[in-house]
Amino acid sequence: MLNILYFASLREQVGLAHESIAVPAVATVAGLIETLRARGGEWPDALAANKPWRVAVNQEMAAFDTPLKSDDEVAIFPPVTGG
Amino acid sequence: MPVIRVQTADFNIADEIALMRDNPAIGAIASFIGLVRDINDGLGVKTLTLEHYPAMTEKAVAAIVAEAEARWRIIHCTVIHRVGELEPCDQVVLVIVASAHRADAFEACQFIMDYLKTRAPFWKKERTPQSARWVEARESDAVASLRWRAETANLSGDRID
Repeated sequence: MLNILYFASLREQVGLAHESIAVPAVATVAGLIETLRARGGEWPDALAANKPWRVAVNQEMAAFDTPLKSDDEVAIFPPVTGG
Repeated sequence: MPVIRVQTADFNIADEIALMRDNPAIGAIASFIGLVRDINDGLGVKTLTLEHYPAMTEKAVAAIVAEAEARWRIIHCTVIHRVGELEPCDQVVLVIVASAHRADAFEACQFIMDYLKTRAPFWKKERTPQSARWVEARESDAVASLRWRAETANLSGDRID
C-alpha cells in the first residue's frame, strides 16, 4: 500500500487529507497520478496537466518517473507559499 | 548545529541571538524577520493560517541550511517558522546567520529566505472580510530563488577560467 497525503488547496478540492491505496500497476509517480485522475469527479481537474501541483516521495521532491514501492509516503500539494 | 524550529508560538529575536553570542569567532550576525501584512492583492487580510507537512518541513529546511553552509562560511544559523493562525503584524519567520565577516552572513540569510519561499512545504491561507483563499505562489519568488542557481553557474565558470 501507498500512504498518500494531500495538502492545502488540493486537499480541499479533493476533500481528502490522506488515504492508503494499492501500488498502481505502473509503479511511478506518473502511474499514480493517472490512477487518481481516473477516479473522475474533482480528480482530473485537481491533477490537470496544466496545474502546478508538486509531488514528494518519502519527504523528498519527486519527478514523474520517480518509482513507487509499498509503504512509500507520497504527498501531493500546490506550490509552496511559506516564508 | 543549526537551530531549526517549526512552532505555533511567537519568537523573540533578542533571545535567539543571545544564544549564539558566546562564540568569539563570530564577527557578524545578519537576520531577517517576515511579518503578516494586512494587504495582499488589494484585500484586507484579517487572519493568515499557515499549514505545513510536518514530516517533511524540518527536513526541507535542514537541506536548505546545509546548502547555505556549503556555499558560505557560516558559524551558526537559526531558522524559526511559525504555523497555525496569525494576524497582521504577527511574526511569521526568523532567519539568523552568524559568520566571521558580514558578506557571508548577509548573503546566506537572503539565500535561506529565498529558498524557504520556494522549497519548504508551507502554505498560506488568507481570510478577508469577504472570503478565505489560498495564497498563490509568486513568480517573483521563483525568480529570486533561481538567481542563486545562476550565480552558482557563474562561480563554476570562474573556476574553469
